[in-house]
Amino acid sequence: MASDHQSPRGFGFDTLSVHAGQAPDPTTGARATPIYQTASFVFKDADQAVGLFNIERAGHVYSRLSNPTNAVLEERIAALDGGVGAIAAASGQAAMHLAIATICSAGDHIVASRSIYGGTHNLLAYTLPRFGIQTTFVDPRNVDAFVSAIRPNTKLVFGEILGNPGLEVMNVPAVATAVHACGLPLLIDATFSTPYLFKPLDHGADLVVHSATKFLSGHGVVIGGLVVDGGTFDWEKSDRFPTLTEPYAGFHDLVFAEEFGPGAFLMRARKEGMRDFGACMAPMTAFQILQGLETLPLRMARHVTNAVAVAEFLLQNKMVSHVNYPGLASHPDYALAQELLPRGAGAVLSFEIKGGRAAGQLFIEKLELFSHLANVGDAKSLVIHPASTTHHRMDAAALRAAGIGEGLVRLSIGLEDPRDLLDDLGRALRAVEKSGVEKSGVEKSAVEKSGGR
Amino acid sequence: MRLLVDDAEVFIGQGSGHGEGKAILFVHGAGMDHTVWTLPARYFARHGYRVIAPDLPAHGRSAGTALTLIDAMAAWGWRLLDGLGVVDAVLFGHSMGSLVVSTMANQNPDRVLALGLLGASQPMRVSDPLLRAAGDHHPAAFDMANAWSHSARGRLGGNPVPGIWLLTSGRRLLDRNEPGVYAADLNACNVYEPPLADLTFTAPVLVLAGESDQMTSLKAGLAVASRYADCVVERLPGSGHSMLGEAPNEVLDAMVGLVKRVGTVTA
Repeated sequence: MASDHQSPRGFGFDTLSVHAGQAPDPTTGARATPIYQTASFVFKDADQAVGLFNIERAGHVYSRLSNPTNAVLEERIAALDGGVGAIAAASGQAAMHLAIATICSAGDHIVASRSIYGGTHNLLAYTLPRFGIQTTFVDPRNVDAFVSAIRPNTKLVFGEILGNPGLEVMNVPAVATAVHACGLPLLIDATFSTPYLFKPLDHGADLVVHSATKFLSGHGVVIGGLVVDGGTFDWEKSDRFPTLTEPYAGFHDLVFAEEFGPGAFLMRARKEGMRDFGACMAPMTAFQILQGLETLPLRMARHVTNAVAVAEFLLQNKMVSHVNYPGLASHPDYALAQELLPRGAGAVLSFEIKGGRAAGQLFIEKLELFSHLANVGDAKSLVIHPASTTHHRMDAAALRAAGIGEGLVRLSIGLEDPRDLLDDLGRALRAVEKSGVEKSGVEKSAVEKSGGR
Repeated sequence: MRLLVDDAEVFIGQGSGHGEGKAILFVHGAGMDHTVWTLPARYFARHGYRVIAPDLPAHGRSAGTALTLIDAMAAWGWRLLDGLGVVDAVLFGHSMGSLVVSTMANQNPDRVLALGLLGASQPMRVSDPLLRAAGDHHPAAFDMANAWSHSARGRLGGNPVPGIWLLTSGRRLLDRNEPGVYAADLNACNVYEPPLADLTFTAPVLVLAGESDQMTSLKAGLAVASRYADCVVERLPGSGHSMLGEAPNEVLDAMVGLVKRVGTVTA
């Protein structure tokens, strides 16, 4: 193979973040993406109406299925991730459900990393089994474990590039290679990384989900999710994926893989999943996510810089027993993070504070700049105690397996002046130290209060 | 459906229909497959036409070996229609497919009800860098073709089909080619020499030309149109070579206009 072949340069990531999917509005000249706040779209005539329903013409019918504002967001994330397309959903969980429901049916099985968002764990461990879909959870650091857990009825393998809240780095290329050899697609939740830091499709994944509520938006004012298809997986190679390879009675016996080629998954997801489950995104939400996406490269770079500063600060603090941040050389996945996430290992980190649950709770209460809430990826720095909140439905064994200790605190580092963040953290850690809770495991004042009742 | 042609299985897209009306043949371009025709195929199938959208040999779902000359592809096209028992048909072709169907019209003008040429140029020279990269099955060939197939506007998106990013979609189709297939297509285009213009071909002809087409220019499209006695040119403002993706509704409207000139749907 000659080496002098040169590909033409495409638009860069920063340009796509601002422009992809949108041109000035042809009717009004509006430069910003208009918010098409409408439920329905008028048909030109009866034949066009049928044509739109029957996928003969391009356009919009009803905003549960598609909407012009949402379509801009869908194209933009597809452009940034390198997918053939995307679908915007009501939330990250709705996107996750859409991805699963498009492939899996009752009797099917999923293999998933056990270090994942608590809500996703809940969906896989407790809710989907009610509908006949079982999941086996495995150690995300053990590629062989993914393969060993595969059964004849397995349809999907799932993980998060950065585990939650342990920040394990999943070896996506290795897992992708292994599961592809078994004829299965790999779905990656890339919420913590965004395509600025890591593009799963470039590393062998087949499908990507994002909670767009987080870093993609950056402002913390909306709930939204996205499913992106790389268009690379050969659904027809086996008979495992009948939703895509066999006639669908719900759409005049349409065979999606035959009719749409690389776009088969997305077409099925839209024509069935959005139509029937209906977890669509509001156009206003899509507009607000688009405002965030325009500054994604700038924000992510700053998020990472601040996160590194915080991680290094915590590492040096005597009240901290352990810091989970793959950007630290002490993290077991540091080398892998350097390889897969050269722009940085994200802006979510967790650490174990000495003194367990009581110390963790006191620390959080003493923070002033950090906001105590259940979210990540805001411009503002956030903090939460996973064992009692996001992951509280996991039992003790599952918590241990996911590496979630009683004193684990999760931080999402925002865009503030890093000196102010370090001051706030230092102040709260000193307060914990003064309380003596790290030795007794119980806050003195709490004992006094308790005794006073 | 599938059919044996030259002892190799051919996949034929039918637009999810089984119409028995007039036959319409759709021939895809270099390195593509029948899925580029999905929207018009579904339209014509619903309206009762007999949709025949094959994957050329070694493309998409079809077996066999890639054909290396446009004349051979055209002769194959007639063998396909013969195998299906089709006497005459409307022929549509995109890019390389436009060379194939115009050659089919030269070979059997009496069997052509109408001719639709999308993204056409005669001759259809291919640049050396693209030919060499394709010859080496180098990814740069797919990148070049993909980039040059879309208008500058198209490369930033705004696809009328909701949520589909055309650049990666086009790239994925090219990625599916086995080594040698895309190079064979491009070489076939490059060495194709158009016959002398035959103004005795009297069936209606449509030339669809993208005004921002970097592969087969508007000027080249207009020159193709001048070769036919009864030709309508539809210009697609802002569209690049991938007009089926960039301007699907305008393309369909023009195709419908041509087919309506042939008369009723009845075969």
